[in-house]
Formats: sequence, structure tokens, C-alpha cells
Amino acid sequence: MARYDSILDTIGNTPLVNISELSPNPRVEVFMKLEGLNPGGSVKDRAAKAMIEEAEKDGSLSPGQRILESSSGNTAAGLALIAKMKGYPFTVVVPENVSVERTKLLRAFGADIIPSPAGEGSNGAMRRAQALAGEHPDWWFSFQYGNPANPKAHYEGTGPEIWLDCPEVTHFVAGLGTAGTIMGVGRFLKERNSEVKVWAVQPPAGEKVEGLKSLEEGFVPPVFIDGDGYSLLDRSRVVGPRESIQWARRLADVGIFAGISTGAAMAGVARCASEIDEGTVVTLSPDGGWKYLSTDVWTGDLDEVAERARHELYF
Amino acid sequence: MVTRQVGFLGSATDEGVAVVVDVRLPNVLRPLVGGEAVVTAGGETLREVFDDLASRYPGLGPSLRTPEGEIHRHLNVFLNDDDVRYLGRLDAKVGASDTVTLMPAVAGG
Repeated sequence: MARYDSILDTIGNTPLVNISELSPNPRVEVFMKLEGLNPGGSVKDRAAKAMIEEAEKDGSLSPGQRILESSSGNTAAGLALIAKMKGYPFTVVVPENVSVERTKLLRAFGADIIPSPAGEGSNGAMRRAQALAGEHPDWWFSFQYGNPANPKAHYEGTGPEIWLDCPEVTHFVAGLGTAGTIMGVGRFLKERNSEVKVWAVQPPAGEKVEGLKSLEEGFVPPVFIDGDGYSLLDRSRVVGPRESIQWARRLADVGIFAGISTGAAMAGVARCASEIDEGTVVTLSPDGGWKYLSTDVWTGDLDEVAERARHELYF
Repeated sequence: MVTRQVGFLGSATDEGVAVVVDVRLPNVLRPLVGGEAVVTAGGETLREVFDDLASRYPGLGPSLRTPEGEIHRHLNVFLNDDDVRYLGRLDAKVGASDTVTLMPAVAGG
């Protein structure tokens, strides 16, 4: 069915596309789930919708109440879209070093944006949102890093969709941000088939944490801790901006225009495919490339673009 | 690199079995090693590398491991680019051309 009563009904049920021609191993098939096709442009629409609807159900979010979140952009876009539709005012703390498209997109949906210092990264934005939540107890803070509705959206949505489309999956490779996707999908797939391996990729902390004064200011999302992520994952790899951008460019060969974090996921897929003998690797593209056009990911000199990306948040 | 006669490196080089790795540190830990971004350390497992680091830079030790001897929960340790939590943790074997990278745990989203 392609007719919907609401744009919110179009969140999820994204296509899973065979991109095995990018596999470095002929005995390993690769499929990519295109989450950039969600209406807010990213996988985060799923968590945004689940968090809001869960809060409406349990009464913690009332009509007209202000929603508060911190986000490097994608969760903010999902929340902004849904908040606009449902009539909730929305305030979001966004690090200054996200691409200009992200803040413009948020303004399109009427979000109030509070910038946070670039040097503090996503964690600094989160701390500021936590402080704001304390000052404004009448606001509803969705707190994506600790909200169980975030992984649940993937346990009940993304995971079953992958299983339905690709029951032969042997490996799931995805980025680690809030950990919602990998915890929800990983747990679902392993419950269906305990042999499925879950590999995470993450960007280097790098410049994102210059403002960190001690290790204690570091942060592991409660979503990851509560779901015992350390036991769930089988491997975790750090992928730098240069390799991520190279893979984002290569994805154009199979007609996929995706963001830098998708390139990072592909770098993880390539490593996985070359280390295993045979199998079926499923990965997830968190968003499309649109929000990164201003950063010249596809058109600029690779070294220059990679250097710039070291100072931008793209996860 | 193996000419540095300190700690583990000193005794092990005498036996000719030292594995020396580069250890890359984030900004937040550099003051604990005299401001260096990269230091070398010796050992055949990550545990031995951490022991060597802790003996040469006593201030760094508590940032690497908890009093119980586990990797600090806000520290991610990568052997080349692989998180050691999935490579046997402190028992992960290190090789001569390996790089150990220490990073604070941070989230995206």
C-alpha cells in the first residue's frame, strides 16, 4: 500500500538493497537498509516517533507541552517534524559544528535551536540539555541516550523488518551513536538466530572531545549499558573520516547517495566481509547525503574534505 | 624505538623479546605523560603494555584501569582500530607494528 493518512505512517518499512558488488569477498553478500528514506531524512525518525508516542501513552507528555532534546541533527529533525505535526513546541541543543543543512532543516520545522560549543561535541550538548531540563521541570526531555523507547523502536521495527527481508543474515554491521539501532536490531536478530554476529563502527573521538576536562566527563549511553551492550556486540571498530568519505563516494557506484556515517558503516562491512569466509552482511544507512552537500564530501579534494570532517559531527 | 632503556623495555630488550608499540593518547590524558601525543610501551599483551605505562607514568595508571584491574569504563582502547573489549580485553595480544589508541568514550546522535 502506498497511500497513507499521515506522514508519520511512512516512518519505517524502508527498503533493503543488495549492494554485493561492493563486497570485497565474492562469497559474502551485502545488503543495505536505506533509512535516509524516512520522512525526516534519517533512521532517527523511528526513535523520535517511538519516544513521543510512548510518552503520550504513559502520560509524561501532555498536549502543548514543550519537548527538549540534544542532538547532532538527525534525532532533532525527527522530533521537530513530529512535534510540528502534533502541536508540541520543541527546543533542541545542537553542537555548533554540525553541517549548515541540519540547522536549516530544523528551522523548517520550527524548532528552537540552542547552539552548544563545538569543542564539547554531542556530550556537551547533552549536558546542556540536562541542565535545561532541571531548570524547566514543565518541559518533557526525551533523552534519547537513556530512553528505552529508542532501542525498542528498533527491536520492534527495524529488527523484524530485516529478519523478514533477509532471514539468511549472518552479520549485522552498524554505527554506534546513541546505541539505539544496534541494541534493538542486534538483540532482535540474536534472539531469532544466536549465530548472528553484531559488529559496531564508531567515529574517532578526536576533535569532538577537546573540551573534555577528564575521562569522567566521557559518556557511555545508558541505552548501551542497560542493554548490556558489551555482551551483545561481537566486534567494534573505529573508522576515521577519510575512510568513511571514500566509502560514501563508492556507494554512488551502486546509486546510493548516503551520509558520512553510512560510509563508516561500509568500511566496517568491508572489514567484516574480508575476515569471514562466507555469509550475508546486513548494514544500515542512517541518512542520505543531502545534509552533507555543503561539506563537499563528493566533490572536494579527499584530503581537504577529510581534514574538515575531523572538525564536524557526522554521527 | 627499542633503544629506550626504561621499565619493561629495558629488561625485555636484554632478552631480545620486547614488543614495542606506539600508544596514542587523547588530549585529556596528555598532561599525564608530559604532554606527548604518542608514547611507546612494551609488552606482549595489553595488560603488559598497561603495566609498563603505569610504571613509567604513575599518574596515568588510574586513568587506564579501575582499582579492580578492569579497563576504565569511560576509556575505549583500540588495538589498531579494533576495540579490545572484543579481542580478549587486557589479554589481547599485541604485535610489533601495532598501535594502541586510547580514546574517551563519547556518544553520537
